[in-house]
Amino acid sequence: MRRLFWGGVHPPEAKEMASAAQVTVLPAPAQVVVPLSQHIGAPAQPLVAVGNQVKMGQKIGDGEGLCVPVHAPVSGRVIAIEDRPHPGGVRRAVVIENDFQDTAETALTPHPDGEELSPEEIRSIVREAGITGMGGAAFPTAVKAQVEPGQVDLLIVNACECEPYITADDALLRAHPGRVIDGARLLGTAVGARQVVLAVEDNKREAIALLEQELAGRQDLELRVLPTRYPQGAEKQLIQAVAGRQVPSGGLPKDVGCTVFNAATCAAVSQAVREGMPLIQRIVTVTGKGVAKPQNFLVRIGTTFGQVVEAAGGLREDVWKVLSGGPMMGVAQPNLEAPVVKFVNAILCLTQADNGEREDPVCFRCGKCVEACPMHLQPLYFYRYGSNRNLSQLTRYRIADCIECGCCAYVCPGKVPLVAAIREGKAMVKEGKAK
Amino acid sequence: MKLTVTSSPHIRGRDTIQRTMVDVLIALVPALIASTVVMGPRNLGVAVVSMSAAIAAEWLFSLACKKPNPVRDGSAAVTGLLLAMTLPATIPYWMAALGAAFAVIVVKGAFGGLGQNIFNPALAARAFLLVLFPAALVRYAAPGQNLSLFGTVDAIVSATPLHHMQMPVLPEQSLWEMLMGNSSGTLSEGLLLLGGVYLVWRKVISVRIPAAYLGTLAALTFIFYKGEDPLAWMLYSLLSGGVVLGAVFMATDYVTSPVTPKGQILYGMGCGALTMVFRYVGLYPEGVTYAILMMNATVWLLERLAPPRPFGEKKGGVLL
Repeated sequence: MRRLFWGGVHPPEAKEMASAAQVTVLPAPAQVVVPLSQHIGAPAQPLVAVGNQVKMGQKIGDGEGLCVPVHAPVSGRVIAIEDRPHPGGVRRAVVIENDFQDTAETALTPHPDGEELSPEEIRSIVREAGITGMGGAAFPTAVKAQVEPGQVDLLIVNACECEPYITADDALLRAHPGRVIDGARLLGTAVGARQVVLAVEDNKREAIALLEQELAGRQDLELRVLPTRYPQGAEKQLIQAVAGRQVPSGGLPKDVGCTVFNAATCAAVSQAVREGMPLIQRIVTVTGKGVAKPQNFLVRIGTTFGQVVEAAGGLREDVWKVLSGGPMMGVAQPNLEAPVVKFVNAILCLTQADNGEREDPVCFRCGKCVEACPMHLQPLYFYRYGSNRNLSQLTRYRIADCIECGCCAYVCPGKVPLVAAIREGKAMVKEGKAK
Repeated sequence: MKLTVTSSPHIRGRDTIQRTMVDVLIALVPALIASTVVMGPRNLGVAVVSMSAAIAAEWLFSLACKKPNPVRDGSAAVTGLLLAMTLPATIPYWMAALGAAFAVIVVKGAFGGLGQNIFNPALAARAFLLVLFPAALVRYAAPGQNLSLFGTVDAIVSATPLHHMQMPVLPEQSLWEMLMGNSSGTLSEGLLLLGGVYLVWRKVISVRIPAAYLGTLAALTFIFYKGEDPLAWMLYSLLSGGVVLGAVFMATDYVTSPVTPKGQILYGMGCGALTMVFRYVGLYPEGVTYAILMMNATVWLLERLAPPRPFGEKKGGVLL
């Protein structure tokens, strides 16, 4: 078995459940809930007031600093600006009543293919289109694309989709391979990369065949097929797998001359630049044994999990968890009230049969977590030193380097909740430093 | 409908502690059968008594400590069988039972149970029995006497290959007989190695510790050979006594060996070197038990001396 990074796991892929061959357009609901914070950084401030009419694509929130604007996913009337559920808790949101006209208005100018754009122009469009990382981390894309000239030589498009179950990026690659490639080229220009590599795992045969066709005879973009292994799509592991470079502890990809953008992010950039369309919809995989008809939907931002799940035939009786994201790093939802936001690539419904947790976890020092940790850490010691609050040992064992990919807890025969322990440990260390 | 909200990851691998222990038992079965064929039913009797005593001790200890009953995890059964594999078939049953109870209660339970003990329970129990009843532990019956399950054991005792090697002369058995375990005081090293292959294939153990152990011992006995033929001396050194059982099944005990890959290699090398030192210098012909027990005590140090290289750094450091 070829491995391009240390550790990792290969759980059952379960990707056949929600076919990537088809994306169903989900009609916008009667009401959308658009959180003002769908990215890492400062929440946007509303640019509209209750009672205002808004058009589809109109900017309804923006702010200074590390902030990304949000846009109205439908046309209609603002009926509330208040705290609402969000996949990551509760956030302030603009609630719009849909008039079902989809009257569009956007401040973005379409730039057809072939037109020369400067890096500044591309970054400005990316920002104004409200684009954030769509793979899960939700970092503002324009900020990521802002690098010193010559700092980044390699741009990697992350189309690994290494989390089990999820097929949203696969579906996107199959439906719009050209968009992903175009977006990658635009972002390559924005960061001044000499080389652009599109990284796909070898379990996406159809997408690979399509991309090979699209890229035939082209020199500006290289397709790299990687052996399927989780967490290959984690930024640091992907850079290692593609370029053989390791981002140092506490560092950023640009420190080793790389930058990584998710495939869906690239497609959104292409649509923003070519069609003048801000980020108001995305592909979401609804899947798992806990939902009746797993499939991929093109969903307007602001549609609730409940509405998406309903369109997929609803939850089954024995549902156990509903996640925003995949089974390894997704966030368990207390209910289905949160809306789909820019970084939600999947709604995964697991059943009791998927429950591998155990009442009385035991560490018997098998070292499997050490073998599985793609960050070269020793997770068992985070569990041990976390439970006796030994902050200096937690720091010494580099708890801050943990990317919370979950490989350690996945392989643990004693079913120790290692990621939960690590999160607590990180919080303890942070608290300890603050004192 | 109630949704569960707990931390990621939300799926778990199929590996369990129980499954691991069952794999170890499976890996030991062929060698157990072979030595029973060679020595007679009593050999199996010792194994059954030792395992039963270990399981009973585990159950009673958890009852006394008002802890959840851990017998299900299978670790006591493994300890019992491993101890039995180190004992002569002629040992009185009560001694085997006492050793097994000592392993589970004193060496493991008193340190906090599974995962907490410093020393390998089976080997520590063997060391305990060796101190109390040396005669019963170092006298091995000659093979082929078909020792019966019950009744007095007055078997013909014969010198083990290691006794010869202490002289030092090469044992009279052929290397093939050594591999098949057809001599007094040895197991079928060939079948034990097969068990090791099974454990590596099942990803229960990595090859690091056995390879480092056997490799180091091989290199050292080849260099510091006795007699005429370094190669023969090396091969007999590897196949006699408890080296293979120790390298494959005892030194790889998760709880009492390092978790870091580099630490595991150092640990295996230490076991190999100490085995030779104890054999060459010590009073007893065999050194495996004490070599591994001593290395058990260094595990914390080895892990800190040889942590994994941090991601993003060219070289590893130490974690002291």
